[in-house]
Parts: sequence; C-alpha cells; structure tokens
Amino acid sequence: MKKNNTLAQRLLAAPHILWSVLFIVAPLAIVVFYAFTDSSFSFSFSNFSKLFNDGTVEVFTLSLAFAFCATCICLVVAYPLAYFISRTSRKTQNTLVMLSMLPMWMNFLLRTYALSFLLEDTGFLNNILASVGIDGVSLINTPGAVIFGMVYNFLPYMILPIHSVISKIDKNVIEAAEDLGCNRLRVIFRVIMPLSLPGIVSGITMVFVPSVSTFYISQQLGPTDFVLIGDVIETYFKSSAASSYHLGSAISLVLMVLIFICMAVMNHFSDDESTGGIIV
Amino acid sequence: MSNKLLDLRNISVCFDDAVILKNINLYICDGEFITLLGPSGCGKTTTLRIIAGFVNPDTGDVLFEGKRINDIPSHKREINTIFQKYALFPHLNVYENIAFGLRLKKMPEKEIKNTVEEMLSLVNLKGFGKRNINSLSGGQQQRVAIARALAVRPRVLLLDEPLGALDLKLRKDMQNELKSIQQRLGITFIYVTHDQEEALSMSDTVVVMDNGEIQQIGTPLDIYNEPKNAFVADFIGESNILDGKMLDDYRCFFSGKEFKCLDTGFEKNEPVDVVVRPEDVDVVPVEEGMVCGTVTNLTFKGVHYEIIVDIGNFKWMIQTTDYQPVGAHIGLKIDPDAIHVMKKSEYSGKFGDYSTFSDEIEEMSINDEEQE
Repeated sequence: MKKNNTLAQRLLAAPHILWSVLFIVAPLAIVVFYAFTDSSFSFSFSNFSKLFNDGTVEVFTLSLAFAFCATCICLVVAYPLAYFISRTSRKTQNTLVMLSMLPMWMNFLLRTYALSFLLEDTGFLNNILASVGIDGVSLINTPGAVIFGMVYNFLPYMILPIHSVISKIDKNVIEAAEDLGCNRLRVIFRVIMPLSLPGIVSGITMVFVPSVSTFYISQQLGPTDFVLIGDVIETYFKSSAASSYHLGSAISLVLMVLIFICMAVMNHFSDDESTGGIIV
Repeated sequence: MSNKLLDLRNISVCFDDAVILKNINLYICDGEFITLLGPSGCGKTTTLRIIAGFVNPDTGDVLFEGKRINDIPSHKREINTIFQKYALFPHLNVYENIAFGLRLKKMPEKEIKNTVEEMLSLVNLKGFGKRNINSLSGGQQQRVAIARALAVRPRVLLLDEPLGALDLKLRKDMQNELKSIQQRLGITFIYVTHDQEEALSMSDTVVVMDNGEIQQIGTPLDIYNEPKNAFVADFIGESNILDGKMLDDYRCFFSGKEFKCLDTGFEKNEPVDVVVRPEDVDVVPVEEGMVCGTVTNLTFKGVHYEIIVDIGNFKWMIQTTDYQPVGAHIGLKIDPDAIHVMKKSEYSGKFGDYSTFSDEIEEMSINDEEQE
C-alpha cells in the first residue's frame, strides 16, 4: 500500500474533512468548552458539581433505566421477527424488511404525536378495551407509555441490523449443525445466535443511544413533570439564564461519556472486531 | 461388504418443473467407498442431499438397514456430511468445532477431550485445537471438517466434492489420506465428484450419472473397460467412439473394415458403438496397419505423445510413446481386446470424435466446472 496519497486523493477527501471539522469536531469542542466554563467564561468545574447536587443524577439513572428497558424489549421483539423474516424467500424478505422500515418514513414527532392519540383515555385503544368491558385503564401519561413510545419508534433500528446479519449466515453452516445433531431450536441457540452477535450489538447501539437521549417521547407520553435527561438538556438550552448553556453542555458531555462507556462494554462482548457492529 | 446399508428405491426429484432425478435405484453396502460421478447438474449432489436428509424426494424410498428413513430429519440420521465449502463454525475454534457434535450427544467432557485429540491426530492436526478457523489454510479447514464429521462416529460419511477447492498436489495427498482413513475406520463413504481420475483411484464402486439418471454402476475397472454407453466411455478417460456394426459374435465392422473382437450377445448386423481407448492402439508402419491415416495434430504430454489421426474423415486420438510428425502417414493395429462394443443409446454419435478437439477447449471447460 502506498502511504503518500496523491494530490487528487487529498482533494477528494477535502469535503469530508471540512464537513467533519465544521459539524462534528467544532460543535464537540464548543460543548466541551461550555461544559468547563462558568457564565463568565472562566475555567471551572462548577457545572459538574452543580449537576451532582440538583437531582440530575436521578434523572440520569432514570433515563438509562428506561433506555435499557426499551432496548431489551426491542431485542426480544426484533430478534424472532428478524429470524422469521430471514427464513422467508428473497422476495418476501424484501417486502417484510420494507414493511418494518415503513414507519420510519413518517416524521418522528408525528409518529409520537399519533401514538398519544391512540393511547389517550378516550383514544382508540381505550375505546376497544371499553367495548370488551374493560374500563378506565389509563394508558397515556404512564412510564409504560414512554417505554412503549421508545420501542415503537426505535424497533426498526433493531430489526434491520439483526436481519442483515442472520440472512448472511452461510446456509451450509446451518445444515452442518443439523447434520451433527442439532434440532431446530439448538441450531438457533448454538449457531445462529452466536453468529448474529454483531447484528445484535449494532442493533442495541442503535436503539439504546437515541432512547437515552430522547426528549419528545417523555413529554408527549409520560406523566406530568416526568423528565428524562434529554428533557433536562432541552430545558437548559431553551432557557435564557446566563449559565444554562454551560450546564446543558456539562450534562451532554456526561451523557456522551456514559453512552461511550456502555458501548465499550457492549463491544467487548462481541470480541470479534472484524465483524463488529456500527458505533453510532 | 455384502450387506446393504443404504437403499435408494425409485427416487425422483423435481425442482420447479425441472426434473433433477429420474427414478434412481441404488444400494450401498456397509464399508464401501462409493463415488457418484458426473458432470455438474447431473443430480449427484441432490442424491447426496437426499441421503443426508436435506432434500425430500418427491417419490421413492430411502432405506437405512431396511428401514424407511424418508421422514427422519437429518439430525437423527447416523449419516454425516462434509460440505463442499467445509461449513465450519466460524465462531468456534478448531477444538470446539470438532467437539460440536459430541457436546450435543451430552458426552462427558473427558471423553470429548479424548475423542477430539484422537480426531486431530487422525487428520494430522495435532496441537491445532486452540486455533481460530479463519487462520487455517484451505487444506487444514478441510481436515477439520473431516475430523468434525468423523468425531460423531457416523455409519455413513457423505463427501460433497470435498477436494474441489484444493490445489492439485494437495488434492492428491488428501485423496490418499481419505482413502486410508476410510479403510482404517471401515466407515461407508459416499463421495461426490466430477473428477473421473479421483473417482477411479479412490472408489470400490463408481456410479456414473448424467441428466438425473444413473448411466452405469460398477467397479472402476468395469467402468473404464466396459462402459455401457457413449456417455460413460467419453466421460471416463479418453475414447474413440465409432459408429459400427456387429456382424456376428467376435466379429465387428467399423471404419470400413472388419475387426476381430471379444464381444458377444448382439443380434447379427446390429448397429453398435465401438470404443477404442487411445492407449490401446499400436502405431505401426502403413503396410502392417489394419487401418491407415494421417497425423493432423501432435501434443507432448510428458509420458507420451497425444496424436490426432485422420482415418476416413474420422479423427482418432492415439497415445504413443514414439514421435510422429504432423502429416506423417501411419498405420494402426487394433487388437481384439482393445475393442469394446456397446449397444446404441441416446448418446450415440454425440461423443468420441476428436475433430473439434483442442486442448484449450478442454482446459476451459475444466475451469468452468471448478468455478461452480
């Protein structure tokens, strides 16, 4: 391999580098800068010490717990579905994958808003429940509704990577497992599951990260005064108080580090880096 | 060797209206090394997959020790397969690959360890247990696949072109090794290949297939010396196949001449196909020749020359150790035991004429097959 790139190659890379600097590196630097400065822009840890005293830690814990629940449910729902899809014929597979992607074509806010209509006390679901004699079940404004909203919104991100990995498993390997004495169930647990680990890891990443930092779902579907860490960040950045940007940045930074740690732990489980999942 | 282990009766298979197997009848004896030989698309792999339990025949029965096993799934059959592309488990190391089937049998850990070690030494991979599958060469992966299949002590081992991906030298070594493993363990081997040399050198019995039908079953010697039709004669080795007539017992007629032969049992003047192997013909001076012709092509093959001789517009291939220049007029002597007479078949006239023969074309077609 040639180490020295030609001028043309460097020119081709220029737009990408420019983009990265402008929209990834620079904003990150600004966030870090704000996080470590106070309202008079002098260096300080005050944002972080404040963060640990005003109950933000509890919100962090809650957000991680909710994201964890939503991710687990997504995995449990998506894995069998992805497996089932991969067992159908090529043509059906394309249709089913497209169908599972379909909700993503609709705007995220609109989807969540529509969910609240379905779940509200006089909404579609409650009407159905009432017609079979179950009255007064409160679906909306519950923690469950928030998790449901997360699962509903992020499920496709779990199905897609798992399906793409399972459908690429060599059919001969599955036959070899049957040949050596595996029944259907054992084939799944001993061969398909371990081989689809990279897909599972990237699916978890793609569901967990947006779940942890979401803010609209909790506002729309959660109980009154219910806040997740995304809501806290949003509030700070919308506020006009002098120190709010600094606090918001500090929380964002902590969240980023937390997510990074979670992902590092996840990727450690799938020790095969060569086929490792996508890190968002 | 005499008792039937596997019996295929009237097996037919269609995929999407295409007939893959037509009424296959075949029995396989315990401890036999049997090879299914034929060009790609002849149905040999499908036959193997039926025995393994991956394909269910549309009609017909598969019997194992006299019991019908059509409905027994592959994981309950005492039959194991070595796949063309090895199909090793990429998430397990060599040791765990070989132990895979044993763990399913709930064998105690100590026995597993002993068996795996035994298998590793059987395939000359001692000390490779901890290695990652992807770090092995093709030949080593092949050995792991063999060890993995043999570890569960199958009654029958199915091998689907197992050496197809190896280079020539390695393939020869593995042929010998497979044959000796088979003889040592006494397991029935059913081997699929399109390589006729491989089939002849390894097998007790060769089954030649084409177009979803069995063309001939026999020992390698029978298949080579007494081919049943023009397809078999052409597919196994080189053959000059001539349009001829059986005048009477021991007397046949082709190339405008009458020849003495050893064949009997034909009608008087029955039209037949006559096979003469290139190595069975002696090149002699014109005046001593039973037939005469002109050399049109000469290829040096190492052990011998391969010459194409035009005799009455039919191009013969002759193998001779003497150099014959192109354009030379030579005579050929064909002994009675060099002539093999076959009944006419659907393949008559399609094979055995070297007028369009060129080394290049043959090499191209071999490459095509290997790519599949």
